[in-house]
Amino acid sequence: MAVYELKPTKQPPLSERGAIAWIRHNLLSSPFNILFTILSLWILYIIIPPMVKWFVLDANFVGNSKAECTGDGACWIFIREKFKIFIYGFYPESEQWRANLTMGLGALTVALAVIDRVPRSIKIASILMLPVVAIILLSGGYFGLAYIETNQWGGLLLTLVIAAVGIVLSFPIGILFALGRQSKLPIIKTLSVFYIELIRGVPLITVLFMASVVLPLFFPEGMDFDKLIRALIGITLFQAAYVAENIRGGLQAIPRGQYEASEAMGLTYWKRMRLVILPQAIKVAIPNLVGSFISLFKDTSLVMIIGLFDLLSMVTLTTNDRDWLGLSTEGFVFVAIIYWIFNYLMSRYSKNLEKKLDTNNKD
Amino acid sequence: MKKLLKLSTAVAMITTLSMAGTLDDVKKAGTLKCGVNTGLPGFAEADSKGTWRGMDVDFCRAVAAAVLGDAKKVKYVALNAKERFTALQSGEIDILARNTTWTNTRDTTLGLNFAGVNYYDGQGFMVPKSLGVKSAKELDNATLCIQSGTTTEMNLADYFRANGMKFKAITFDTNEQVDNAFFSGRCDILTSDQSSLYASRTKATDPSKYIVLPDVISKEPLGPVVRQGDDQWFNAIKWILNAVITAEEKGISSKNVDDAAKNSTDPEVRRLLGAEGTMGKNIGLDGDAFMKVIKQVGNYGEMFENNIGENTPLKIKRGLNALWDNGGLLYSPPFR
Repeated sequence: MAVYELKPTKQPPLSERGAIAWIRHNLLSSPFNILFTILSLWILYIIIPPMVKWFVLDANFVGNSKAECTGDGACWIFIREKFKIFIYGFYPESEQWRANLTMGLGALTVALAVIDRVPRSIKIASILMLPVVAIILLSGGYFGLAYIETNQWGGLLLTLVIAAVGIVLSFPIGILFALGRQSKLPIIKTLSVFYIELIRGVPLITVLFMASVVLPLFFPEGMDFDKLIRALIGITLFQAAYVAENIRGGLQAIPRGQYEASEAMGLTYWKRMRLVILPQAIKVAIPNLVGSFISLFKDTSLVMIIGLFDLLSMVTLTTNDRDWLGLSTEGFVFVAIIYWIFNYLMSRYSKNLEKKLDTNNKD
Repeated sequence: MKKLLKLSTAVAMITTLSMAGTLDDVKKAGTLKCGVNTGLPGFAEADSKGTWRGMDVDFCRAVAAAVLGDAKKVKYVALNAKERFTALQSGEIDILARNTTWTNTRDTTLGLNFAGVNYYDGQGFMVPKSLGVKSAKELDNATLCIQSGTTTEMNLADYFRANGMKFKAITFDTNEQVDNAFFSGRCDILTSDQSSLYASRTKATDPSKYIVLPDVISKEPLGPVVRQGDDQWFNAIKWILNAVITAEEKGISSKNVDDAAKNSTDPEVRRLLGAEGTMGKNIGLDGDAFMKVIKQVGNYGEMFENNIGENTPLKIKRGLNALWDNGGLLYSPPFR
């Protein structure tokens, strides 16, 4: 009896596998795609070589003055020479370890918040402790630390302080306004709506300008109200309105049944909110919240107009150094990279959080 | 906490504070709050260590040296063009040294006083040497690069119309773009305030290929500003400025000031340095206040040369900012 011998499986034809197939399917599958591929390659050809030339091949890395930037490319010497004041601003050199320590503690707090195994009580405690510790460390005046006025804070340090304070403080305020807007008490509701709509109706730059230029006119002459605090209050109140709207979006996404069920259990208003409604609402609002926090991080550069030297304005200031004129492109590229790193990390974290909290209850 | 404490004491002392003079306030605080530019090459800039320097910064230092005896006791408050006057009016700063043009409107309507001029600026032109132009009068039918929405644009149109000449202007939003356009050859001429033309020139691959024409088509006298109604402080600032100019006129510099104070026989020098008379005390300062200024910061010529002069990348010529007996406009009333 003839036995049918199992033949070994043949590989698909060459045109259907490997790199060639991939190119055919993804780049050359239709006349339109062929055209599009050629166009894209042409654009890349125009952009990439000059960029590589400017960034690396023709760039200057060695030396310590502008005169040594003889190549046609970027003058990275400038960034290296100015690196310290980009990061610390006018913070005195002998005290910069305090800034380092603060930023380190900030990173540690973020790390604790990200790691799952850390108990929630430690997470919350560290987030609440951070602002207090940071302010004592940075401004000093206690425990033998020299007092350093806020006008000496600057660079990336200041950007992080403003962004962190804005994000952390605006969150609880925003929640209160969001709940206020949903409230059945007419005065609270009207006030919340009025506040949110007023703030959302004006640009941040206006709020900062009011805080910096108009506010001092109402104070008696000679009274000095710290500029940074004015800016922080302005930014926090501004951000709170946006947080409130994001949270409201989350609150409205919660099915009525959740409200009614929690009421039926006899919980008080605050317990209902804290235990049932808000955890769900905030989860829904995460993408929007992170989006608005990222835009806040970028908006911190607006403090430039009130004469605070955040990362961007510090770079602008140094491009006006008579020994280093004409190097603003390098400076701005550096700023762009730093902003990108921080914003990318924030958006990754939010993705991560969404996945972790996903209970798959999409209806 | 410290701020809060300060705030509450400030509130408690509203009445006394608003009556007291700025001079006493500065002495009591121990630091001078000086308003400067957020970054202008040669006038207010930060070096790689984060130390402020420049012409305007040096004036702040001079005031601190005279009033507090130490040029380092300055708190620099960086201000943009819009908030500078409010900052002074509200008392956020004690003096504004931020390349501010002295105009009639500003002097008479803002409740401020200009205490003098520490740099005579004016709108000028920069051209490539290869163009072979010697005077602005030869610029008929030229193409100019300018920044839009500034008084520069207005002055330019006025000047060309008054001289019956035509021009083509290419406008840009930022200073950076204007400079790039000029150096890449999109226009023949760059126009702006002269001090900023010199700063732009250092951005060229070969700065020696460009010249700033001697013509000035607008008057921009820049000087320190104080609040109106505080004559004691106004006098102090005015005479600190005069002192650095007189010191240059008399050849007193940071290097020879000690020697001059002991050995000079010129009566005006002796009065200036406090060896005789009460020039310092008359304006509420120490007898040797001006001497401290010259020792710690230098005379006007030194300020100029250290920050914007021939030995700096800016290479600005003295021009209008030379002493009156040298063809310039700097002239101090006598110390007697």
